[in-house]
Amino acid sequence: MTQISVRVDGAAYTDEVEPRTLLVHYLREQLGKVGTVVGCDTSNCGACTVHLDGEAVKSCTVLAVQADGSEVTTIEGIAQNGTLHPMQKAFHELHGLQCGYCTPGMIMASIDLVGDNPDPSEHEVREGIEGNLCRCTGYQNIVRAVQQAAAEMRGAQA
Amino acid sequence: MIPAAFDYARPTTVDEALRALADGGEDAKILAGGQSLIPVMRLRLAAPAMVVDLTRVTELRGVRDDGDALAIGAMTTHSDVIADPLIRESAPLIAQATETVADRQVRHRGTFGGALAHADPAGDLPAVALALDAEFVLAGPGGRRTVPARDFFVDYLTTALAEDELLVEVRVPKLEGSWGMHYEKFNRVAQAWSIVAVAAAVRRENGHIAEARIGLTNMGPTPLRATATEQALAGADAGEAAIAEAARHAAEGTAPSDDLNARADYRAHLAEVLTRRAVTAAVGL
Ligand SMILES: Cc1cc2nc3c(=O)[nH]c(=O)nc-3n(C[C@H](O)[C@H](O)[C@H](O)COP(=O)(O)OP(=O)(O)OC[C@H]3O[C@@H](n4cnc5c(N)ncnc54)[C@H](O)[C@@H]3O)c2cc1C
Ligand code: FES
Ligand code: FES
Repeated sequence: MTQISVRVDGAAYTDEVEPRTLLVHYLREQLGKVGTVVGCDTSNCGACTVHLDGEAVKSCTVLAVQADGSEVTTIEGIAQNGTLHPMQKAFHELHGLQCGYCTPGMIMASIDLVGDNPDPSEHEVREGIEGNLCRCTGYQNIVRAVQQAAAEMRGAQA
Repeated sequence: MIPAAFDYARPTTVDEALRALADGGEDAKILAGGQSLIPVMRLRLAAPAMVVDLTRVTELRGVRDDGDALAIGAMTTHSDVIADPLIRESAPLIAQATETVADRQVRHRGTFGGALAHADPAGDLPAVALALDAEFVLAGPGGRRTVPARDFFVDYLTTALAEDELLVEVRVPKLEGSWGMHYEKFNRVAQAWSIVAVAAAVRRENGHIAEARIGLTNMGPTPLRATATEQALAGADAGEAAIAEAARHAAEGTAPSDDLNARADYRAHLAEVLTRRAVTAAVGL
């Protein structure tokens, strides 16, 4: 076992983990943060996306020990005092989901994208979320939601 | 699935990492960004007894100006490579090819050195390193040695790295001034590996092509140079007809595989078409 200290969604944790524990399993099984889901065995689907020190990563392809000393943000940590994050609100308003399984990862990848590119074109959104697969929506409303949220986030900054 | 259990070492310097590798023996594996290694460990296609994690070896991260070359640290992530001003200035081909690698999440973790050490024939960076005549600096228990790209890639997923060695940095000669570069990748779906891709660097002189260096991705078990095309381009007119004629030789001497993505003859066809496009773009037509 190896000891790790991480901040997850603003709270500090110190835990013993087996080195082979994947970050996603640590989040779900040891911390109970089941908002982050696993959708594949091959690092392709992106459903497990979280932010590690502010950057989107696939938490099924990071060992928990590699997050030692880092700050992790999951889908459970982005609403502020009960108010949805603009990205969550836009997915909700524009029907950017059907079954919702890909949604936590889509939202975390999209927030990361808009952080780098505050005003992405439709093409840039599609490229930016290429690491996230959705088998329900056909992506159309997801792209619209990301662009609406980007506009709102730009406004909030101004 | 989760990986099989392993012992874990987290060195902070190259020397500590080398000692951990030596202690681990045959069954030790280096972990860089983990974007190739963790997936194969999850599928239990790899089950190393010891994992040596380079995440904290900060001396391996970053890009340095080293006179007539850039020295790219093995642990520099794909996203840091894309954003690096020195690479944009002196080796833009690397940034352009890296932008086509995987997706933004994978690029945040995956490293330049990891992608080269992994030596997947469909990986985008090996052919780029070969086209740019990069040199690989390897550290082992007996010290450091430098291996040119043409000797680094030995076979399918096999490099000149010995079991007790690690890749420290890659030196890429600066190509500035009259050099133009382009990476042309063919794949069918998002976040996919190359079916074939071509890396071209071309030096122009008075309306002619003085020198061309062309690397081929996925045209054999290792990255290859399109030598016959390079020879045909040397001294040729920098125009569409001469480029198309030279590109006809792109697949000569290659050994592409037949697999689910493409047949060998289709890959040979792609090599020609993509070489024509890559050289045309590199020349600036
Ligand atoms: C969904 C997905 C899509 C991808 N698509 C592409 C793509 O389109 N094109 C592409 O080129 N790549 C692609 N990749 C692979 C990606 O580029 C990886 O980042 C890269 O292959 C490995 O880099 P890494 O740092 O993650 O290495 P790791 O996975 O940590 O290591 C890979 C191998 O290299 C060895 N190694 C690593 N660093 C060193 C070192 N310094 N010295 C000695 N040995 C070392 C390890 O022991 C291991 O055997 C994809 C990966 C995923 C998950
Ligand atoms: S669970 Fe599919 S990429 Fe992580
Ligand atoms: S909403 Fe069902 S997978 Fe995306």
